[in-house]
Amino acid sequence: MSQVNLTINGIPVQAKAGMTILEAAKTVGIDIPTFCHDPELAKVGACRICVVEVAGARNLPAACTVPVAEGMVIQTETERVRAARKTILNLIWANHPQDCLVCEKTGSCKLQDYSYRYGVSGSIYKGQKKEIPFDDTNPFFFRDLNKCILCGKCVRKCHDINGVGAVDFMWRGFKTMVTTPFDVPIEESSCVFCGMCVDVCPVGALTPKQGLGQGRSFEVDKVFTTCPYCGCGCTLYLNVKNDKIVGVTPNFEGPINGHLCVKGRFGWDFVDSPDRLKTPLIKKGGQFVEAGWDEALDLVAEKFKEVRAQYGADALGGFSSARCTNEDNYLFQKLLRVLGTNNVDHCARL
Amino acid sequence: MSHRRILFCAGTGCISSGALKTRDALVSELEKRGIRDQYEVVLSGCHGFCEQGPLLIVHPEDTFYCGVQPEDMAELIDEYLLNGRVVERLLYKDPVTGERTSDHMKIGFYAKQKRLVLHNCGVIDPENINEYIGTKGYEALKAALKMERTAIIDEVKRSGLRGRGGAGFPTGMKWEFTFKTPGDKKYIVCNADEGDPGAFMDRSVLEGDPHAVLEGMIIAGYAIGADEGYVYVRAEYPLAVKRLRIAITQAEEFGFLGSNIMGTGFNFKINIKEGAGAFVCGEETALLASIEGERGMPRPRPPFPAISGLWGKPTCLNNVETFANIPLIIREGADSFASVGTERSKGTKIFALTGKINNTGLAEVPMGMTMREIIFDIGGGIRDGKQFKAVQIGGPSGGCLPAELLDLPIDYDSLTQAGAMMGSGGLVVMDENTCMVDLARYFLTFTQNESCGKCTPCREGTKRMLEALERITEGKGESGDIPMLEELANSIKDSSLCGLGQTAPNPILSTLRYFRHEYEEHILEGKCSAGVCRNLVTYHIDAEKCTGCRACTRVCPVEAITGDKKQPHEINIQVCIKCGACMEKCKFDAVILK
Repeated sequence: MSQVNLTINGIPVQAKAGMTILEAAKTVGIDIPTFCHDPELAKVGACRICVVEVAGARNLPAACTVPVAEGMVIQTETERVRAARKTILNLIWANHPQDCLVCEKTGSCKLQDYSYRYGVSGSIYKGQKKEIPFDDTNPFFFRDLNKCILCGKCVRKCHDINGVGAVDFMWRGFKTMVTTPFDVPIEESSCVFCGMCVDVCPVGALTPKQGLGQGRSFEVDKVFTTCPYCGCGCTLYLNVKNDKIVGVTPNFEGPINGHLCVKGRFGWDFVDSPDRLKTPLIKKGGQFVEAGWDEALDLVAEKFKEVRAQYGADALGGFSSARCTNEDNYLFQKLLRVLGTNNVDHCARL
Repeated sequence: MSHRRILFCAGTGCISSGALKTRDALVSELEKRGIRDQYEVVLSGCHGFCEQGPLLIVHPEDTFYCGVQPEDMAELIDEYLLNGRVVERLLYKDPVTGERTSDHMKIGFYAKQKRLVLHNCGVIDPENINEYIGTKGYEALKAALKMERTAIIDEVKRSGLRGRGGAGFPTGMKWEFTFKTPGDKKYIVCNADEGDPGAFMDRSVLEGDPHAVLEGMIIAGYAIGADEGYVYVRAEYPLAVKRLRIAITQAEEFGFLGSNIMGTGFNFKINIKEGAGAFVCGEETALLASIEGERGMPRPRPPFPAISGLWGKPTCLNNVETFANIPLIIREGADSFASVGTERSKGTKIFALTGKINNTGLAEVPMGMTMREIIFDIGGGIRDGKQFKAVQIGGPSGGCLPAELLDLPIDYDSLTQAGAMMGSGGLVVMDENTCMVDLARYFLTFTQNESCGKCTPCREGTKRMLEALERITEGKGESGDIPMLEELANSIKDSSLCGLGQTAPNPILSTLRYFRHEYEEHILEGKCSAGVCRNLVTYHIDAEKCTGCRACTRVCPVEAITGDKKQPHEINIQVCIKCGACMEKCKFDAVILK
């Protein structure tokens, strides 16, 4: 691919033709703020926080959409650019709750980060704010559309990556909002609760229910692991605080998927659940009682023998789990075959 | 008398003033007299002079009648059609001289116009392709099909035609870009999503001369190598849609559209896509998204539609009036076209004259005509003898220009310099009773409602500007509001995604530029000189003019007016709710605003 020569903040840059200003700036370590940009998604240039000054251009173009051109001279932090970004932040704050103290997103919120960077501490504009009812009608995440800055990343993830299209823009002007068709509760929509929208929301409009109030993003250790649910093997980070899992974040750089599904994203509360089985249980006198592994395995072996002696080996069957490793599953089917039956199956097939 | 032709203007304006009922009355009166077959009664497109509608023209002598009602038809037949005695009372009466004339070309409204694009509007039956062909229709297509494609593009470039949709991009260059972009499939799109309040130029062209637009599109298709076109037209224009459909069917039947056009092997089809009423769909990328079935939201440019447009294919998108100019350029030649207009704005422009002007209607004038000529010579000046104050040109994206600029020649560049824009050609005239802050508030209400909601500066910024204007007009303005408005307006202009956002602050910036004192007066003195902002005015009675007739006391709903019979009355401003009923009722202009 051909190269183009341009200058960003006085630094000569050689960029690949077709790159955006944003991408070219990144190659020389210049960080341009973005809300609506996601390398995986279509470029929309909606939030306008990434506007830059390009010599000869009448307006301030969005760095995330404009391709580089030979000889371009770009400035990313001039007074004019900073003024436009401050205006945008002020405009967002004028229509955004100021409850960062209790907002789950504090610490990983782009609005906070850029407000800090540009010294914006609220809004100089006063007036009407959105008043959309808080939505907690689904088991997995909260929707606080009053915090939504309409970057549209959730919409594009849902349509273009997941292919579900459960949400889109509705209304126009100040009333614009992201919601389900006909604004039905999210649980009644086609949403599959994969949580991709939650993962890309730059502010606190979409936050996971589990882990609420249990740890800020800067307080948690991120433990890299592989999702135990199915054979896909998506990698993820367990967000751990005081030896407890308070959340899960996807590993977008991972070789598999990057995104998670509803199980991997939200289904980790079993780990510390009081109902979780930690020892085998044997029913004695109509009641389950805790037992040791030796006792339990002896009982199973004894029952297997009885069944096989009385009804033949094909009266036995084994049902394994997708959450076991391949090696475990291999051994499991081997065991069943040694017992003399081919009756073996696996829950991932269901 | 031999076979005569009676033309009724059947533009939307005249239809709503009753043209169809009058036509029916004429036909039935003719039938009663057994002479129906001697007259051809035709419905034409818009003749432009909507103020005087319904309009009727009798050919071949070209007698122009206006304000014709069903009950006038018997007299018209008996006196004029049968006996050649002109019905004086139905002729146009000059509001200044009081003289009546039967020759519409002597009427100020028409005399200064140069009707090139509109030459068929009000003259032919738009539902009959033969009439279009009879006025040299489709001759340009025939000529174009014998030309090299690049020669057509060169001709359009040489003509100097610039986009009539508002921004004024050179049409030939746009065609050339689309032509040069490689691709097996290309599209022509006609933007007929005319949404500016008070604008109806494109509507009238589509209603009055749909074939001209089709011919322009077909020539464009041939020139750039497209085989398919779309007309994106507002569903609120049912008559335009109907006449377009008829025109497309007829053009197909005559072999001007469809496969193997005029035996040349060139194929071109035209589809109609009806818009659902979003103003933003007039923005080209939002329009394309809408045709594709997506929500009408603008997309970033580049890539421009010429490179990647409809369904990602190279697309040439022009406005109705632009396409309607094309047959003219090809038929008469670029030089002839370029002989009209100014150095950098060639040809004519159609304007919709509305507001406080005597002759509301549609006027086509050569580029470079001054605003004064348009408003006073063609428009007949300001209603009720009031003072001209300002003119909003270019719709909600345009700007408001004051009396000092009345001699500004109207062309793309001088308008942009003055802080307005050509826009699609809406011209809203304001008199001394218009408050400029209130006017800016009106336009911002419109743009805020119509902002697609995609980009932050437009969606949130227009709301905050609107709120500031609302505060000022309610008398709650603060001294910091003007600098805040200016700063915010410039930021929105600078950083918005599409043309809607980039131009939305224009009404504020231009009124601040030319009428800053009105803002200051509202904020600092709590006063609205125009007497529009209700919170800032009080009603008083001029004791010298008041005759003590008591009419006002009877209509006052809150009994705020006191005074004895035949003695000057007084309004208790503590009680007054400023409903204005007294002012309306008073025959002596004794109720005044302070």
